[in-house]
Amino acid sequence: MTSAVAAARKRPTPPAIKFAGGALRLLGTVALTFFGLLLVTFLIGRVVPIDPVLAAVGDRAPIEVYQRVRTELGLDQPLYVQFYRYAAAVLSGDLGRSVLTSNPVLTDIKRFFPATFELATVATVLGVALGIPLGVIAAARQNRFLDQVIRVLGLLGYSVPVFWLGLMGLVLFYVHLDLVAGPGRLDVAYEDLVETRTGVILLDSALAGNWEVFRNAFAHVILPASILGYFSLAYISRMTRSLMIEQLRQEYIVTARVKGLSEGRVIWRHALGNVMVPLITVVALSYANLLEGSVLTETVFAWPGIGQYITNSLLSVDMNAVLGGTIVVGAVFVGLNLFSDLLYRVFDPRAR
Amino acid sequence: MSDATAPREWRAWLTAEAPSSRLHARFVRAYATARIFLRNPLALAGLVLVLALLAVAAAAPLLAHDNPVAQDLTRRLKPPSAAFWFGTDELGRDIYTRILYGARITLGIVSLVVVIVAPIGLFVGCVAGYLGGMADAVLMRVTDVFLAFPRLILALAFVAALGPGIENAVIAISLTAWPPYARIARAETIVLRDSDFISAARLLGASPGRIVLLHVMPLCLSSVIVRVTLDMAGIILTAAGLGFLGLGAQPPSPEWGAMISAGRKFILDQWWVAAFPGLAICLVSLGFNLLGDGLRDVLDPKQR
Repeated sequence: MTSAVAAARKRPTPPAIKFAGGALRLLGTVALTFFGLLLVTFLIGRVVPIDPVLAAVGDRAPIEVYQRVRTELGLDQPLYVQFYRYAAAVLSGDLGRSVLTSNPVLTDIKRFFPATFELATVATVLGVALGIPLGVIAAARQNRFLDQVIRVLGLLGYSVPVFWLGLMGLVLFYVHLDLVAGPGRLDVAYEDLVETRTGVILLDSALAGNWEVFRNAFAHVILPASILGYFSLAYISRMTRSLMIEQLRQEYIVTARVKGLSEGRVIWRHALGNVMVPLITVVALSYANLLEGSVLTETVFAWPGIGQYITNSLLSVDMNAVLGGTIVVGAVFVGLNLFSDLLYRVFDPRAR
Repeated sequence: MSDATAPREWRAWLTAEAPSSRLHARFVRAYATARIFLRNPLALAGLVLVLALLAVAAAAPLLAHDNPVAQDLTRRLKPPSAAFWFGTDELGRDIYTRILYGARITLGIVSLVVVIVAPIGLFVGCVAGYLGGMADAVLMRVTDVFLAFPRLILALAFVAALGPGIENAVIAISLTAWPPYARIARAETIVLRDSDFISAARLLGASPGRIVLLHVMPLCLSSVIVRVTLDMAGIILTAAGLGFLGLGAQPPSPEWGAMISAGRKFILDQWWVAAFPGLAICLVSLGFNLLGDGLRDVLDPKQR
């Protein structure tokens, strides 16, 4: 090792620069990931056994028309040129046109996204509200009966097929007990009663002060959100438990106990307080995972969100819509990962 | 020796402080591991469930009441009874029989995925970890890209491109499932890379290929096995999800996810058509999760 390197190592880097460097590196990784996402969707689009030219001109078009359309679509260019055009189009917001709805894919997605956002948000709220306390209790009662019960509850959440749980939930709570509303976001009678501002019906109706619509929307969202929320509960309670166990072993906990603080204060204030930062990243990750879980849930509950959009397009082999949806969900996923990483860096001085 | 003293001798041999040979040492270790594992009732329950799946898949023709694809419209949508334990579906097929045969499909899917995924992940991770530098950076960026994707949606997109079907579902799941293995194998390899026994092997003139294949990879196996067991449930659920959406196994194949999808139409009055296959998925995934959880406690002391 040269002396220059050794000298450089001796001088401590100012924390601000270190933080900026870390953030830059993170952004670089994200850019690379997004590039990979584009590459994968592009390649999937190439692999599809459908000739896009034939799809555009029909079977009976003369060969000259076929050739012309092929040139127009740029399909006679080498692959890297095609990829470059594709990436440029996506980055400028052009995801192509959906065959099924004949709208630009981005317009469709803008219309469907709020429903997914609503569902995933309510689910996350439920998952956090129940998952964190359960995780804390499990850690406090480590390896005892209650811990095992919570553990099985969590593992069950990892094991149940979400679409099946949704169906069973509908039969039980909607058909037999009549506690919740059925599939869809609203009863037909309540549709179009409030002005669409955000696309999130719970918000829109609250803003308009129309509580009847709000109540109906809530009755519709609660079951799918509880089912999705169960999965985030499983994840959050598990992570909370292991983070808490790590904290409860630390010496400051012993100190707090020796000081004579009540056990409740030690656990809920001291230990949980120190777990909050990593927990934020856990919650962000579980939120990202819900986007994925919503694909199947939305199918079961006829929830007009992005997951249903993707699966419907899939079944009619509408590749622009499928790939556009994949890109958007992938981008949100990557964005949430980045967000949780940044939060971690901001809040936890050790990560800087 | 009499019968009474024989077990005690065995135990003494199995718990020996100073094993007399390599084989003996392996037995001692396995015995200690098994004892820790057996003390965990949940892990044991998981093991029982997984073994039950294996047994059912193997003995499906013996346990079955009927042919899984034989249709008989005279007895369609019959509720569970002594003759049809789990009822019959819309084509009069015995659901109990179909679930038994479905176990074979599920087992087939997970085994195929694992056989494809684990070696790829192990190889990529070990090579990246052992070589370091440029190779490591490139391989890990590729891994990160795949890790950053939502798995089910990527699998959906792959299936859309390849066309529906069970083989394509396996390929799609495999394409999205290997990165975590590469991560784990790399982390283990980096720890091992600078250890003395690797240096010794290098001094003896072993090639990098030999070191990675024969010295590093075997030691990464235990963490990979834990991960595989914990992943099984995810693979089963993804496969069932694809089947449910009509993109995995195609009818009349008795795949559990596809069976739930078929039962969806009758969910209001004939709940059993969808309920029992779902229960089967649930039990099997839970089995793998409990087993994986227990195995992690035993094989990975860091997580304890």
